[in-house]
Amino acid sequence: MADAVFLGLAIITIGSAIAALEVRSLIYGSIALMGTLGGIAGFFLLLDSPFVAMFQIAVYIGSIAVLILFTVMLVRRELIFIKIEDKRRRYAGIGLMLALMLGLGAIILSSGIKTITTDEPPVDFRKIGEDFLTYYWPALVLMGFILASSVIGALTLARREDLTNDQHNA
Amino acid sequence: MTNTMLDFLIVSIALLAIGIYGISVKRNAIRMLFAVEMIVNAANLNLVAFARFLPNSQGQTFALFSIAIAAAEVAVGLALIIVAYRMYKNVDIAEFRSLKG
Repeated sequence: MADAVFLGLAIITIGSAIAALEVRSLIYGSIALMGTLGGIAGFFLLLDSPFVAMFQIAVYIGSIAVLILFTVMLVRRELIFIKIEDKRRRYAGIGLMLALMLGLGAIILSSGIKTITTDEPPVDFRKIGEDFLTYYWPALVLMGFILASSVIGALTLARREDLTNDQHNA
Repeated sequence: MTNTMLDFLIVSIALLAIGIYGISVKRNAIRMLFAVEMIVNAANLNLVAFARFLPNSQGQTFALFSIAIAAAEVAVGLALIIVAYRMYKNVDIAEFRSLKG
């Protein structure tokens, strides 16, 4: 059975996920998204994976959420508060969400997963570092390249050519 | 450990379902990105939960890779949103009509 810390984290995570999508202001929405990401980091701590939890906090809350906040601030003010939705589509979406929850929940409950518990000691994070540098080193190098190329791609996409031309002409 | 694997999977399913609701209903590009992040996080939670309950370090390794790739995806996604905003002065995806057939 779940303990109190788990229930609190679950309420924070799911509640702020709903708030992130439904709050009127995009700025509050992105702060609520930070709550969801932080809640997931808390679950990682509960699962005895402190390294992944710290990585989650550093990457998601430290960079992604801040990046989203800055992008929201670049958007015009009235667009931040605007909420355009199709009523019928919204009901269909809620139906889809409930169907997914019930369907996947029924599948998991009918499988043997609920009997799985563990008394084994958690995996040491030194093992993860060893894995990264031995078995997974090509993937690690590839990930570095992907990150570098995505940052360069993002910069290229967001570049304003009209501004550089102006500077060139002046 | 008092929590069973089922508890974590239920939270993960709820987050996935909320994310899919957000993707299918919202028309604001930034909110759709929020929903994608929720789905990625639900997947990561599953990976780490399986890694803990079938004691194995590979799930955590893959969760770390997944978090790094998600960071790259968000950087490119936000750049695309900024470009689209500059072109259409809007973040409503129904207004992005250039690629419409």
